[in-house]
This record gives sequence, C-alpha cells and structure tokens, in this order.
Amino acid sequence: MEWLKKNLPKIVVAPSFAVLLWFVYGFIAWTFYVSLTNSKLLPNYEFWGIHQYIRLWQMPRWHVAVENLFIFTILFIILCIFIGVILSIFLDQKIRSEGFLKTIYLYPMALSFIVTGTAWKWILNPTMGIEKFVNQLGFENFQFDWLVTPGMSIYTIVIAGVWQSSGFIMAIFLAGLRSIDDEVIKAAKVDGASTISIYMKIVLPMMRPVFMSAIVILVHLSIKSYDLVIALTAGGPGISSDMPAVFMTKMAFGRSEIGLASASAIMMFATVSAIIVPYLYSELRREQDVK
Amino acid sequence: MKMKKILIAIFAISLVPNISFAGPKAEVLHWWTSGGEAKALSVLKADFADKGGEWTDMPVAGGGGDAAMQTLKARIVAGDAPAAAQVKGPAIQEYDDQGVIKPYNIDAVAKAEGWDKLVSKQVAQHMKCNNFTQYCAAPVNIHRIDWFWANKKVLDSNGIKMPTSWSEFNAAADKLQAAGIIPFAHGGQPWQDATVFEAVALGIGGNDFYKKAFIDLDQKALSGSTMVKVFDQMRKLKSYTDAGSPGRDWNVATGMVMDGKAAFQIMGDWAKGEFSAKGLKPGKDYYCSPTPSNKGYLYNVDSFVFYNVKGADKLEGQKLLASLIMGKNFQKVFNMYKGSIPARLDVSMADFDDCAKKSNADLNAASAAGGLMPSYAHGMALKGAQSGAITDVVTEHFNSNMSSKDAAKKLAAAVKASL
Repeated sequence: MEWLKKNLPKIVVAPSFAVLLWFVYGFIAWTFYVSLTNSKLLPNYEFWGIHQYIRLWQMPRWHVAVENLFIFTILFIILCIFIGVILSIFLDQKIRSEGFLKTIYLYPMALSFIVTGTAWKWILNPTMGIEKFVNQLGFENFQFDWLVTPGMSIYTIVIAGVWQSSGFIMAIFLAGLRSIDDEVIKAAKVDGASTISIYMKIVLPMMRPVFMSAIVILVHLSIKSYDLVIALTAGGPGISSDMPAVFMTKMAFGRSEIGLASASAIMMFATVSAIIVPYLYSELRREQDVK
Repeated sequence: MKMKKILIAIFAISLVPNISFAGPKAEVLHWWTSGGEAKALSVLKADFADKGGEWTDMPVAGGGGDAAMQTLKARIVAGDAPAAAQVKGPAIQEYDDQGVIKPYNIDAVAKAEGWDKLVSKQVAQHMKCNNFTQYCAAPVNIHRIDWFWANKKVLDSNGIKMPTSWSEFNAAADKLQAAGIIPFAHGGQPWQDATVFEAVALGIGGNDFYKKAFIDLDQKALSGSTMVKVFDQMRKLKSYTDAGSPGRDWNVATGMVMDGKAAFQIMGDWAKGEFSAKGLKPGKDYYCSPTPSNKGYLYNVDSFVFYNVKGADKLEGQKLLASLIMGKNFQKVFNMYKGSIPARLDVSMADFDDCAKKSNADLNAASAAGGLMPSYAHGMALKGAQSGAITDVVTEHFNSNMSSKDAAKKLAAAVKASL
C-alpha cells in the first residue's frame, strides 16, 4: 500500500507518457528512417542514403516553399505580436465595455483556418472582393490583386493569418498585463514617467515570459500552416504560395514520393527545432538563474 | 458468479472466428461523392445487392482523390486493404510492384467473360498486372479530356464557329475579347492548367510529339522547338482569361460559359454534367467539340483495382463486383450519369447524347489513326512523380511571365530530376 501511494502518480502518468513516446517520438524516428529510403508509393525499408535530401534540395518547388515559409513566419510573428501588444495595451486602459471589445477581437480565433481562408479568398478576389467594391465606388483604377499575382499571393496568406491570430495574441498579452503589479506603474507615474515610456521600459520588459509563449505558439502555427494555404490559395497561382506542409502532403499522397515527403518533413522538423530549442533553452536557463 | 460465467461465455464465443459463409462481401473505396457521380455509383450498389452481396461503402471525399489515396495507403500499410478501390493508370501497376495485388483474384472472371474482346486493347493494357498478363482491375468508363465547351448564343451572336485549328481559336478569341466577353473560362488550379496544356500539346505538336514527350519522356521533345510553340500558345490562352481565374474551381468556370460571361472552356467531359444539371442541351444551348488536333483523343479511364484479400466471402465479393462493373447495365447507366462513354465496346450508344456519340465515334477514328493517347494530366500516362514534375513547370509558366524557351528547358530538367 505504501509503495502504491508513493508510486501512484508515476503509474498514472506512465500510459500517457508511453503513448507520447511512441506516437510522437517513435514516429519522428520512423519518418527519419523512411526519408533515408527509396520509398515511392508505399514505405519500404531498404536503406538508400541521403539521396532524397539531395533530390529535395534540387527541386525548384521546394525552394519556393522554403522561401515562402520564411517570409510568412517572419511577417506573421512580427505583425501578430505588434498588433496584439497594441490592442492589449489599449484594452488595458480600464475602458468601458472591455469584455465586449475583447470578444470581438478574439472571435476570429474561434473560426477554423479553412473558414478564414475561404472568406479571405472571396474578399481578396479581384472580380468579386475589395477591388470590385472600390471600383464600383468610382475609383476605377484601384487595383488590389495580390491573391492572383504570383510573388504577392504569399502576403495574402500573411494578412489572413494575422487577422485570425492577432486577437489571440492580444488575449495572451492582456492576461500578462493584468498580472503586473499596479504599484510598479503607480511608482513610475510618481517619478514622472510618461505612459509610453512606462510601457516601453517597464511593463513590456517585465513580460518576457509572455513574449516567449506567444512566439512559440506562433512559430509552430506558421510552420504547420497547411489548411490556411489550401483554403486561400491552394499554393497558387501556380506554385507561387506553396509552403513546406503543402509540399509534403502533395508529394506523399499525390505523387507517390513518400521518401521525398519524409525528407521534407524532417527538414521542417529541423527548422522548428533550430528556432525553438535555443530559444527555450535560453529562456529556461534565465529562469533558473533568477531562482 | 453467474454473471461472470455468462461474460466468459460471451467472450469465448466472440473469439471463435466467424467461419460461416455469409454471401459475397466487398468494401469499396472511392471518391465519387458529388451528385451525379454518387448517383452513377448507386447503380453498381443496387446491382451488387440484387445478387445477394453485402456492399460496404467507403467514400473519401475531397482533394480530387488525394484524401482517398491517403486513406487507401494507410489501410494497405496496415495490412487491411479494401476489396476494391478507385485507382487508375500506371498507379495500378505501381501497386502491383509493391506486391499488394497478387494473386490477381479477378483474372479468372475476366478470362471466363472474355474481357480481351469486350474492351479495346489499349484499355485492357491499363487493367493488367503481372507484366501486363493478368487482369487485376476493371474499367468503368472512358472520359475524353480534350474538349472545347462553348456557349452557343455567344458564339452565334458574334458570328463565330467552333474552331478547327488553334489559329482559328486565337482569331475568335481576339474578336470576343474586343466585344467585351471573356474568351476563355479557366480555373487556375495546377491540374486544370495541365489539362489545357496537354490538349494544346496534342493539337500543336501532333500525336507523335505527344507520345514522345509525355509517354517516352524524350528529352529532345520536352525541350525542343515544338514544345516552345506549345508554351507560346499557353501564354496566348492566359491572356484570354480573366483576372479572377487563379484558384477557381472547374465547375465555376463551366458556369461562366453557361451564363454567357465567357465563351470557351477546355475541360474533360464531366463538364457536361454541369450543363445537364441546368437542363441545357448540346447543340441547342452549348457546343461540344474536340480541341483542334490531328485525330487525337486524350482519354482517362477510371477503374477499380482489386487488392489481395483473405476470406471466401471477400473473394466472392471481388469476383461478383468485377463481373458487375463490366456488365452492360452498369456500363450504360453509369456513363449516362457521369458524362463519359462505356469502356465496354458492345454497349449501344443509342440512348446517349450527341457529345457522347461524338466521343465514341472519335475514339474509334483516333484508334485507327494512332491518335489515341493517355492523358498525362489525369494520371493515365505517367507515374505520379513525373506527371507532377511536368505540372509544376506548366503551372509555373502559365502563372508568371517565364519565357517559353525557359519553360521548355525547365520542363526537360524537371522530368530528368524526377526519374
């Protein structure tokens, strides 16, 4: 009985730990192995070296996808955090009907990316969306056709993604702002600091952990982004707004290139790790130092 | 205590394998879920049930079959292949190479019913495994890809006839554009770009060129001057589309032709279903004619492939299903709904519409003239890796200002890299 009492937490956690170990890390290992084989239609397990990686990096389409990923991730994170911080600071000014406004900004998060993508596809379509509307208002030369312009279509995905996610980032920052002691702000005010410098120099630096959660959430959202691309542009026009996740699915199931698709999945995994792991590491170490 | 015994008994019974023979069974994976297609397939379900079979439907919608392929592969990897699945073209032989189709259970049915005589040689070839010796799939239909669909009223009021050459088409399109009508209704999705591209390639390059480029993957044909001309025509076609074209679904483009907003569309004969659904008649409300080519005919044969399954009831199910798919009733009724023509040669075409009759007549003519070609864009000519590589370049060229020469060069390089 005594033993059970002592080990009960471990026993309870063990199954979920085992499941996680197998279905996440086990399959990462499996994918990595498949990326080293010449798997075409179905996985086979004959070792083939790094040929798939060489093929992958020779494909112009993969380069397009990677370039788009960087454009999207950087803009998506910067814009989401920028808009989220501004909105949360405005809402933090003890205004009336805050709850109502918060709901309005947060609501897009309740939609799936598919809905967001489809709605924006119609809004941005030059023959029925904003462009047509403004033209009908009398501005006949107005043009807004990013959605159908190769090279610009990736920015429409940024627009839709930011529209969807910045409200959520706002909520995270608002929670962070609320957790900051009022006394600090009052003290700064007594010292004669302006509102802007209070936020820039005192409040925001105190919210480091909030930035961390926001960035981690946004980075993985952007690298995984699949449904938004599919619904909004489907990678088009042509292949100009292709992203690694779209590329991977297309190769695995549309083209019978499971080995190549696995190689691209591992590249995505490596990218996520390269960004997130050092960040987590430095942040966690800082926490330890503080202790 | 009693309860426990009962439970044990139930458990024990459940362990005994069900060995009683329960009639033919078949689990069928497909992606015919939209209106006309679902209706067409229900004919087969009814036939199957009439013969005492138990049909387990496994529809996987979405993604033009990509989602279905995803499910299918997962099932096969798990060692639980469905009895039959909607797979076509060289993918059939690809699955055979993986050893999941052997021992070709339906070959006996095919031999007994003499399928070799019921379908054309070229179609039969697609249905055979084991180095093209044994039947492992059953053909459902023949779709023609290289069709022009046009609004009759728009053409008549502008004094335009259905073009019989590409230069005629360009002249007509220029005239229409000047009159403020969108000459070419196009959905800018990669597979639709590819559909137009192969029709243009067959028309401008001719039958031998098409065969060299898209079946033999000859590097010279892929990068040569004829290919440059094909890309030139693609650029022309792009200029005849409207700004909203990228990303548009094919049936929306068909709708533009129906409404008279646009004049022409290039699409396979499933587009006819859209016209029929609105009660429009060929020759009266719209025109259908093949895109200009020298007796060429691009086909897409849908088929069901039969995997290796265990159990007498499932084997019976496969045999029954194969026999019914080739049955005259199914071949006729299914294809009238679907817009295609029967794969079986001896089905009367009398009840079909004019477009289908024309398709059937052209098929025979093309077969005799050596112009019967498998569609690359619809996965009949090449494996996924190669056809995908071609489509990447085609759609990139169509949607940018890449020069035709660069496109041809890129095309050859992309195909080489995919091999």
